[in-house]
Amino acid sequence: MVGQKICVVVISGTLERLQAAAMLASVAAVSGQEVRVFLSMNALPHFIKGSTAEAPHEGPMGDLMKARKVPEFKTLFEQAIELGSARLYPCSMAMDVLGVGSEQLEDYLEEATGLSRLLTEVQDGQVWTF
Amino acid sequence: MTERKIVDGKGSFCPGPLMELIVALKHSQIGDELEVLSTDKGSADDIPEWVRRVGHDYVSTTENDGVWHIVVRKTK
Repeated sequence: MVGQKICVVVISGTLERLQAAAMLASVAAVSGQEVRVFLSMNALPHFIKGSTAEAPHEGPMGDLMKARKVPEFKTLFEQAIELGSARLYPCSMAMDVLGVGSEQLEDYLEEATGLSRLLTEVQDGQVWTF
Repeated sequence: MTERKIVDGKGSFCPGPLMELIVALKHSQIGDELEVLSTDKGSADDIPEWVRRVGHDYVSTTENDGVWHIVVRKTK
């Protein structure tokens, strides 16, 4: 059955984890699954508008992915929204710590979301953590 | 009028070719066939599985000189 909801929690800012999370979110979204992505901790700064900081690599796969033509994780997240119906939520705590408001984050992110909202969303879905 | 479109995903990695197929499906008519070209074997294996999950018709896969040709028919 295709319909199950998945919640992808991304707290790491490394390329390998962001890539794996984006792949999972995009393929699930285009398969008709409801997809919710929560971006917190070191993952969130990558979604500040104009951010050019490269995601650090954990190991050789990160170097290889960079050298080859692997789709960029931000492109995959955008496709999850455009081609499926994924929603990406920035963590309100991470926003406070970074001192950024919604208008400084990429336009395709939803409103700031706290833990109570996260706990409600995950009640009826699978949770994947990266 | 049905037609066959080529979706060139060569050189990209999973899930790039699948995403290109999905974009092409959105711009196709029911009954159209799409032929995805992929140099990534993982995508060649995974695209038929996606097609079955969402309910389009999987037609065939052939491999020629390191390029996989995956043919899909749009059903909805």
